[in-house]
Amino acid sequence: MMPMPRPLDFTATSVFVALFAAATVLGFFSARWRKGDLSQLAEWGLGGRHFGTIITWFLLGGDLYTAYTFVAVPALVFGAGAIGFFAVPYTILVYPLLFAVFPRLWSVAHAQGYVTAADFVRGRFGSGLLALAIALTGIVATMPYIALQLVGVEVVLAGLGIPGTLPLWIAFAVLAAYTYAGGLRASAMIAVVKDLLIYVTVIVAVIVIPIELGGFAKIFASVPVSKLLLTPPTANNLGQQSGYATLALGSALALFLYPHAVTGLLSSSSRHVIRRNAVVLPAYSVALSVIALLGTMALAAGVRSMPAYAAGFKAFGPNFAVPALFLQMFPSWFVGVAFAAIGIGALVPAAIMSIACANLFTRNIYKEYLSPDCSPSREGGVAKITALVVMLGALLFVLRLPQVYAINLQLLGGIWIVQTLPSVLIGLYTRKLHPYALLIGWAAGIGAGTWMEMQLGLKGSIYPLHILGETIPCYAAFSALILNVAVSVLASAIFNVLVRRPFVDATAPEDYS
Amino acid sequence: MSDTNVRRRRFRLVHLLLIVPYVAVLWAPFFNRSEPAIAGIPFFYWYQMLWIALGALLLLPVYLTEERDTKSE
Repeated sequence: MMPMPRPLDFTATSVFVALFAAATVLGFFSARWRKGDLSQLAEWGLGGRHFGTIITWFLLGGDLYTAYTFVAVPALVFGAGAIGFFAVPYTILVYPLLFAVFPRLWSVAHAQGYVTAADFVRGRFGSGLLALAIALTGIVATMPYIALQLVGVEVVLAGLGIPGTLPLWIAFAVLAAYTYAGGLRASAMIAVVKDLLIYVTVIVAVIVIPIELGGFAKIFASVPVSKLLLTPPTANNLGQQSGYATLALGSALALFLYPHAVTGLLSSSSRHVIRRNAVVLPAYSVALSVIALLGTMALAAGVRSMPAYAAGFKAFGPNFAVPALFLQMFPSWFVGVAFAAIGIGALVPAAIMSIACANLFTRNIYKEYLSPDCSPSREGGVAKITALVVMLGALLFVLRLPQVYAINLQLLGGIWIVQTLPSVLIGLYTRKLHPYALLIGWAAGIGAGTWMEMQLGLKGSIYPLHILGETIPCYAAFSALILNVAVSVLASAIFNVLVRRPFVDATAPEDYS
Repeated sequence: MSDTNVRRRRFRLVHLLLIVPYVAVLWAPFFNRSEPAIAGIPFFYWYQMLWIALGALLLLPVYLTEERDTKSE
C-alpha cells in the first residue's frame, strides 16, 4: 500500500511562503545596492569584487554550508552513525588551508583580472588545454550539486505537504529572475536572511529537542552501539578510522577548489577579508555540528517508524530525517521558519553555483574558443544567459531523472574537483610542474577515482586499498589525488627535459602578495 | 631579487600552529571512544566539536602576527 502523502500544514506553509517572499523582494532590491554596471562580468559575476568582511562572511557561509549539506549530513549520521560526523573535522580543516593558501589566489586574480580558477591556470601555465580541463571539471562537478540544492527544496516542500511540481517551478523562476538581474549581489543579500534563519533554527533546535527527548545521554543511548563510534581496526584492516580521516582531509582539500567557493572568495574586497573570514567562518561549523547531531536526535525520536512520515522516508530516504524531526518536535509556525531556512538556504548556493558555472563557461570556453574578441558587455550577457541555462538544466535533472543520479554524480563530482588541486594550489606556489604533466596527472586521478567509485557501485566513496597485506579503507578522492600528484611530478621530470616549447607565465611574483 | 624577497611572506614559527588541528582531528584512534562523556555527549562527539573553537583560536595569533608584519612593511 502506498503511504498517504502528508496533508498540507497551513500555518507552517504560510510562514514559509512569507519568509520566502521577503527574501525574494530583498534579492530584487540588491541590483540597486552599491550599483555597478551589471553588464560587466566582474560586476555581475563577482559583485564588483568589493564585499567586506561581514558580507563575505554571510556569503561564504551561505555558499559553503548549503541546504543539501544541512539535509544530507544529519541524514548520514542518522543512517550510518559516527562516520557521518566526518563533516565536522572536514570543516575544521578547511580554515587553516583557506587562511594560508587562498589569499594568494585572491591577490593574483585581483592583479590579473581573473574571474575563475581556470583563468589563473591559463595565465600561470600558458596552456589553454589545461585551463579547459580545469574549467570543464568545475562545471561538471558543480551541476549535480545545483540539482541537489533543488532536492533540498523538494524535501521541505514535501514536509509541508505541498503537492506537485509547480512550487518547485516557482522557486526556480524566483531564483532565475533575481540571479539574472542582480548576479552575486542578490545572493549576498539573500544569504544574510538565510543565515540568520539557520542560526535561529539551530539554537532553538539544540535547546528544545534535547529537553523534549530527555537529555543527550538518552539520545546517544538510542544509537546502536556499532554506530556510536567508528569501527576499530582489526589485525590487517584499519576499519572506519582511515576512511574517516581521509574523508575529512579529502573533502577539506576539495572545498575551495569548487567554482562556487572560488567565486565567493574572489568577490571579497581584499586578501585581509579572506584571512579574517578564516578566523570567523568556523561559527558555521558550530551550527553544522549541531545539525549533524540532529541525525542522532532523529534516531532517538524514532521518526522513521512513525506512520505520519512514512511517505517522506519512502520518497527521500534518510534525507527526510531532519524535516520529520522538526515536524515532530516544533510547533507549526516554527516548522515554517526552519523549513524556510532550508528552502531559502538552497537558493543561495544554487545561485552562486550557477553564476560560477556561467563565469567558467564565459571566460574559459566561450571567450577562449568561440569568440576571442567579444566585448566586456557581451561577456556579461553570455554569462547571464548561461546561468539561466544551467539552472534550468538542474531543475529538469531533478524533475525528470531519479534522485539517485544527482546524488551519485555529486559524489563523483567531489572526486573529480579535487583533481584540479595540483594545477591550482600547487600552481600558486611553483610552476615547476609541466602543464602537460599536470594534464596527464589530472586524467590519471579522474580515471582512477571514477574506476574506484564504479567498483563500489557508487555506494559510498571509501575504497579499500590493499597495501602489503594491510587493508586501508581510503576516500577515493584522496587516493586518486595522491596518484595524480605522483604522476604529475614524475611526468614533469620527463616533459621539462623533452618539451622545448616554452609556456609563458603571465603572472609576476609580486602578483601573489 | 631583493624586491621579491621583501614581498615574500616570511615563514615564522607561529605558522606551525596551522598544522595542529590536522593532527588533532585526523588521528582518529585518539578520539574514537565514548568516555569521558560530558553532559551525556560521548567523547568522540564533544572532542571534535571543541576543536571547531580551538581551530579558530589557533588562527588568531597567526592572523595577528601577519597583520603586524604587513603594517611594518
